[in-house]
Amino acid sequence: MVKGMRKKILVKEEYCIGCRLCEIYCVTAHSQSKNLIRVFRYELGELAPAVIVEEREYTTFAVQCRHCEEASCVRACITGAMHRDSSTGAVYVDRDKCVGCWMCIMVCPYGVIKRGTGSNKVASKCDLCLDRELPACVENCPNEALVLTEVNE
Amino acid sequence: MRYLIIGTGPAGIAAAEKIRGLDEENEILMLTSEEIAGYSKPLITYFLGRKVNEDRMFYRPPWYFEERNISVMTSTKVIEVNPAKKLVITESGEAINYDRLLIATGGLPIVPEIEGLNPSEMEGVFTFTQWKDSKDVAKYITDNDVTEAVVLGGGLIGLKTTEALLELGLKVSIVELSDRILSNTFDKKASMIVTSALQKRGCNVYTNDTIVQVKGKKKITKVVLKSGREIKTKLLIIAIGVKPNVGFLKESGVRVNRGVVVNEHMETNITDIFAAGDCAEFYDPRLGKSSTIAIWPVAFSEGEVAGYNMAGERVSYQGGIPMNSVEIAGVATISVGNTSAEVENVEILEYESDKRSVYKKLVIKDGKLVGAVFVGDIDRAGIYTGLILQKVDVSSFKDDLMRDDFGLVYLPKEYRKKLMEGELKVWLE
Ligand SMILES: Cc1cc2nc3c(=O)[nH]c(=O)nc-3n(C[C@H](O)[C@H](O)[C@H](O)COP(=O)(O)OP(=O)(O)OC[C@H]3O[C@@H](n4cnc5c(N)ncnc54)[C@H](O)[C@@H]3O)c2cc1C
Ligand code: SF4
Ligand code: SF4
Repeated sequence: MVKGMRKKILVKEEYCIGCRLCEIYCVTAHSQSKNLIRVFRYELGELAPAVIVEEREYTTFAVQCRHCEEASCVRACITGAMHRDSSTGAVYVDRDKCVGCWMCIMVCPYGVIKRGTGSNKVASKCDLCLDRELPACVENCPNEALVLTEVNE
Repeated sequence: MRYLIIGTGPAGIAAAEKIRGLDEENEILMLTSEEIAGYSKPLITYFLGRKVNEDRMFYRPPWYFEERNISVMTSTKVIEVNPAKKLVITESGEAINYDRLLIATGGLPIVPEIEGLNPSEMEGVFTFTQWKDSKDVAKYITDNDVTEAVVLGGGLIGLKTTEALLELGLKVSIVELSDRILSNTFDKKASMIVTSALQKRGCNVYTNDTIVQVKGKKKITKVVLKSGREIKTKLLIIAIGVKPNVGFLKESGVRVNRGVVVNEHMETNITDIFAAGDCAEFYDPRLGKSSTIAIWPVAFSEGEVAGYNMAGERVSYQGGIPMNSVEIAGVATISVGNTSAEVENVEILEYESDKRSVYKKLVIKDGKLVGAVFVGDIDRAGIYTGLILQKVDVSSFKDDLMRDDFGLVYLPKEYRKKLMEGELKVWLE
């Protein structure tokens, strides 16, 4: 278990309006160009957002990796690619190690790991945008349905 | 004080990690009979298929152990455990004492009796459970210009090995005793889809059959099947399964049934001796049953539980279920829990699309999901695994389970809330 402060994105179901801006900004933040329009025109097919917007009648919310304290994906990973970073407490995929065996997809109870395709056949999921001040999805949610907090463990 | 761990697989490593997390001071010593510690066993087929090189084989690289002050002794095989004196004896005659001992020795490949076969004498016959096996097979293939191979056993290891051999351009024949491949975890339909994908890649699949005779003098040249068919081959891989590796405990007084019998704290019948992983047989008091499930996530979780308890924190194992994720001949598959329709009083939900080459099946018993199979489309499979492990009553949203867009939004609000906030503890408590 990691002790200390850890960042977490809270999902506020009651505020989500299902606009899917989080998905678009997530893809953009992880794209080559980092340019919304370019991403929309040329890169969207290859990139999958790490945040998933779910919708059913009047309920809608966005969900991404929970960076679980007892992460099932880390337990199941046969290569060690899926690991918890000891300094940030977040769960990351080491893309060089991952072999695309999808053991992690089999066990993640949130269903938030995606399969990369083609030459990019590695697991992909939310990295909390730790190179930015705020995760792209949180920053661009117009209704504060995604909120960043820090938890102490 | 010394924590001694026999085995550097996921069970041993998980235990060492948990112990170190709770106890920074005392010595942790890990032993392995193999020449290399910290590599990942499931990667040996990727290594053979040249998808993973030497560097990427390491699940935990050597510096990882150093950094955590965990000592490792390689090529050190334990042949005896003496609980009265609290020590283990190695093959070279060395005695190593312990205060708390973890047995995490994994499994040994099962080799059947076959006429004409003496695996230690005949060249070209291999089992496939260690990195060394992978290196030996790779060398044998090159040295002998092997172009075709026979794989005995259509289970997980057999199929993953087949995949690697196909990758190397070999012509492969699989021989499987039961009526279908992956019979432990797949239903008939899923087996059929994967079988035909294999056949399209030029692989022969012989089910309801086995090898009754092996021919060849120094090197294997041919196998004879029960059905009478003869297959010429220079390479035979035996992959019919593994059994708990517990022979060295015979005189120890540690209770062994099929595997080392452990309770929910991974304790054996002897104080200060724990066991976890493929060598352990977990007795589940709530089910009144014991089982050995030889898969990675189970080994890792059991190792964690052992580690916690060895370091003095009481943690209970919640029990595991069989599950697997394998991609065969380009088809991604995941199977979890009990997936055969042969189980009694179950309700089956199925989805099939020939166009998308997708097959999905869910098995429901007493209102709860007990099994799931996904072929071709495995996205979000873990949500179902979560429902199975958490034993959630799915009656109220059963009709939504097979929807294309099934997700957390279809779960009962209470369960979803618990998921979103509480970070469910799926494996341990
Ligand atoms: C080819 C292959 C592919 C696999 N693919 C998958 C997969 O995709 N998914 C999955 O879930 N599972 C897979 N498995 C199964 C998985 O690897 C095992 O369940 C897991 O490794 C068990 O972990 P363990 O720690 O119990 O034992 P092991 O990993 O078997 O480790 C046992 C350790 O004990 C040591 N040891 C044994 N005897 C002695 C002794 N007498 N003295 C000292 N040391 C000893 C060994 O050297 C080794 O270090 C695969 C297995 C194989 C062989
Ligand atoms: S991928 Fe899934 S299991 Fe892993 S940390 Fe994220 S939410 Fe948890
Ligand atoms: S797909 Fe990659 S990250 Fe996921 S379990 Fe396999 S190796 Fe680990």
